[in-house]
Amino acid sequence: MRYSGLRVIKEALTGHKGWKPVWRDPEPQPHYDIVIIGGGGHGLAAAYYLAREFGQKKIAVVEKGWIGGGNVGRNTTIIRSNYLLDGNEPFYEFSLKLWEGLEQDFNYNAMVSQRGILNLIHTDAQRDAFTRRGNAMILNGADAELLSADQVRAEYPFLNFDNARFPIKGGLAQRRGGTVRHDAVAWGYARGADSRGVDIIQNCEVTGFRMENGRCLGVETSRGFIGAGKVGCAVAGSSGRLMAKAGMRLPIESHVLQAFVSEGLKPVMPGVITFGAGHFYCSQSDKGGLVFGGDIDGYNSYAQRGNLPTVEDVCASGIALIPALGRVRLLRMWGGLMDMSMDGSPIIDRTDIDGLYFNGGWCYGGFKATPASGFAFAHLLATDRPHKTATAYRFDRFRRGYMIDEKGVGAQPNLH
Amino acid sequence: MIINHPLLGPRDAQEFTYLGDAALIDRPDWQGEDAQSRFYEYLYLRDNPAGTHRELWFHEGGDRSWLVVTRNTVSHEILQVELARDVARAKGRSK
Repeated sequence: MRYSGLRVIKEALTGHKGWKPVWRDPEPQPHYDIVIIGGGGHGLAAAYYLAREFGQKKIAVVEKGWIGGGNVGRNTTIIRSNYLLDGNEPFYEFSLKLWEGLEQDFNYNAMVSQRGILNLIHTDAQRDAFTRRGNAMILNGADAELLSADQVRAEYPFLNFDNARFPIKGGLAQRRGGTVRHDAVAWGYARGADSRGVDIIQNCEVTGFRMENGRCLGVETSRGFIGAGKVGCAVAGSSGRLMAKAGMRLPIESHVLQAFVSEGLKPVMPGVITFGAGHFYCSQSDKGGLVFGGDIDGYNSYAQRGNLPTVEDVCASGIALIPALGRVRLLRMWGGLMDMSMDGSPIIDRTDIDGLYFNGGWCYGGFKATPASGFAFAHLLATDRPHKTATAYRFDRFRRGYMIDEKGVGAQPNLH
Repeated sequence: MIINHPLLGPRDAQEFTYLGDAALIDRPDWQGEDAQSRFYEYLYLRDNPAGTHRELWFHEGGDRSWLVVTRNTVSHEILQVELARDVARAKGRSK
């Protein structure tokens, strides 16, 4: 069933009786060619591209809860490709290009809105750094634009420009960045994968891996053993917990990141803005709520909820940037689990165990990467070779000294 | 979270900064045969358990002591707090 404007009109006139569930609820088969663990954005995208681009059959996605119940439904929905380093920027630009064609591609309204992202500049040194980053983006085929303080003022007149401590000196804009309705990304990929024969098995928790002679033969689950030619793990946030069942220690710590939504307001925030002097980013949802967030709490956590000091810090940063926020009431906040890797960059790679593949370490930047991560993971699973934009995302980069450390803080995961 | 400091009593976790797994106390021997691979594991690999976790907290906004806090990473409940100095000495360090 394809969605279209005509279809919406037809259903409206016939009492909406023609809509059907958009994916099946299949029983697990005894064996699949490829089993993907994790029915989040990345896992569902990988299944979708495996079926669509790489002609794979007999694919399953196993999910311990319901699809899209983890980080793909907990993030602040921002998409962008404003990275500096060679290992990262081509990958994120590939992702942004996939976002641009995504809705037509999977025939689902994900509300991709390229409303632009603006990183604010507060010092001369920061302007130099952002100029360099903008040049790196342009060299990799992305768009970047350096704005003066007056240009920023024209778009965001309500910011605290003349703050004595953190005056706004300009900004680095990426006009193609923006926001996406994150739940619809999971649903769109799930529908697209399901219609191409992928079994999406919910309420099916992986309890272990069946190994023989260093090879992974499948997964033990709460709904029985599922055999697999290849197993792909895409459970960022819980990677440590899952891969421990395969006897692996990862260059990853799990941390909690909180996100916030205010009460609904009239349109005030045209795009996405980030504070350059603290950690704060904000956009406005189509329902009117300001969606914002800041730093991770900073200690290992699997709790999916954070603590009040971070709430205070995020709100203080927000009010430093936008004094008018002081009048806005916070509606709700929540936490999500982040795979914080040792250099702040992800891993899409084979493991030392034959037939077991890993996708994780997304830190708190996984949402924007969803299409490219799924595509690159599908490429790896189908061909056993990394996708050309993801060649740097290897496990052995830590051993070999090829970290992709955007922030340059070293092996201290809570600082990335 | 409230950390019950062995010397100062209950203190807000905001006064502390977090380093990570308490295994970081056990720095490998840099002259060992396998120093390179052991330092790789020491620096980059983590157990990252869901449940009881022993970890290092630094009382930066207080007496500047290092603590080993045993905490549940699923519930955030703090089960035990020791001075890192005592933990290291119990292992025979810094005699």
